[in-house]
Amino acid sequence: MDAFAALLGKDLRVELRTLRSLPAMALFAVTIFVAFRFGLDRTGLEGGLAAGVLVVTLLFAAILAINRLFVAEREEGGFELIRLAPIDRTLLFAAKAAALFVYLVALELVVVPIFALFFLDSAAPLPPLVPVLLLADLGLALTGTLVSTIATMSSARDLLAPLILLPLLVPVVIAAAGAAEPVLRAGGPEYERFGTWLAVLGLYDGVFALVGYGVFDYLLDD
Amino acid sequence: MRTPSLRALAVAAVVTLLGGYALAFFYAPIEAEGFIQKIFYLHVPLAIVALLGFMVAAVHAIRHLRTRDPVHDARSYVSIHLSVIFAVGALLTGALWAKGQWGVWWEWREPTLVSFLIVFLLYATYYPLRYAVEDRDRQARYASVFAITAGAFVPLNFLAVRLAEPFIHPRTFSSTGGLPAEMLLAFLVCLAGMVLLWVSLVGFELGSKRASADLSRLRTALGGGG
Repeated sequence: MDAFAALLGKDLRVELRTLRSLPAMALFAVTIFVAFRFGLDRTGLEGGLAAGVLVVTLLFAAILAINRLFVAEREEGGFELIRLAPIDRTLLFAAKAAALFVYLVALELVVVPIFALFFLDSAAPLPPLVPVLLLADLGLALTGTLVSTIATMSSARDLLAPLILLPLLVPVVIAAAGAAEPVLRAGGPEYERFGTWLAVLGLYDGVFALVGYGVFDYLLDD
Repeated sequence: MRTPSLRALAVAAVVTLLGGYALAFFYAPIEAEGFIQKIFYLHVPLAIVALLGFMVAAVHAIRHLRTRDPVHDARSYVSIHLSVIFAVGALLTGALWAKGQWGVWWEWREPTLVSFLIVFLLYATYYPLRYAVEDRDRQARYASVFAITAGAFVPLNFLAVRLAEPFIHPRTFSSTGGLPAEMLLAFLVCLAGMVLLWVSLVGFELGSKRASADLSRLRTALGGGG
């Protein structure tokens, strides 16, 4: 537990001091909103279109963070240190996934209100989106960390990570957008199959937590 | 190098498939949708065997990680390779069936077809992944991790996509009755033939890889000793 806290604290402190990923992610997300405004030729969004724009934007912003997740470890020998340390290596997976989760939540705290400002009529749909986004962030964090680890040791890492990641994240996109669509409808938030979609997200998170826990060790062997 | 058992397997595959298609064309009745429905006997076994092949690859990958024996990695690689090919076949025959039956080449509201596309896209990244990792041992390990992750993903994917859309894809074994006996028999024979085909192709490809590995080993030994 100490090791987990140490690893997580290190990552968060580095990010806080260098602000390497978060501002870029936020800026990228807002720029994507502008691109969607013109690409879709819409000034207001609701229902399925709003859900889609929000979820896809968060997905692409997450990919930025995922590509950069292991930069420090790769460039400054962090992997060797982890291998030498007398700790369970799976703690690195948990710490990195937790850090990525924190980045995504921080991103959403900034970006989702901006989304509402740009495209929605009111802020009423935002509170119901909170559980959806939290569960989706967990799925993004777990799968993202796993794929980032695989890609970081390869030669085409910036290309490989999104390539492997996007099909794996399709269930998250389906469930998050499926839950968000009735919530973002023009007349006010509705809840169609809300529980079902949350359950799918929860199932996805559970499966990938287990898979990550099971296989991460083998990725660090050398 | 073909051992007798592999040759027998290949012959059995061909015989079973031919028998299955004969049953499909001459024994099973023509469905209400017309003759195009017959493609079901090719499309569905391709799809089922591809998915089973991905599961088998995941099992081989688990064994590879446990034992570090490269044989299991080879089996996993070949399983994924052939299952991807069968998946392309399933997608193409699915598109033909869709065109014949519903008039469109592709239907986004069709959950099985869409799930299959996503699974295919995922497993297609297996090759760039392998090529991107230089070190052989690490390449095999990463590929095994990928195969296990992707194997766990497949059922999740089908669940999510199915929930997303009301289905219009004909269910093979629906709860309201399923297939009439003649069609069921033809279908099962075609399925068995497809399984045998997949297993024989895996056997052939593994044999060919083993032979190439032996050949390069001999070349190295001769070059080094001479």
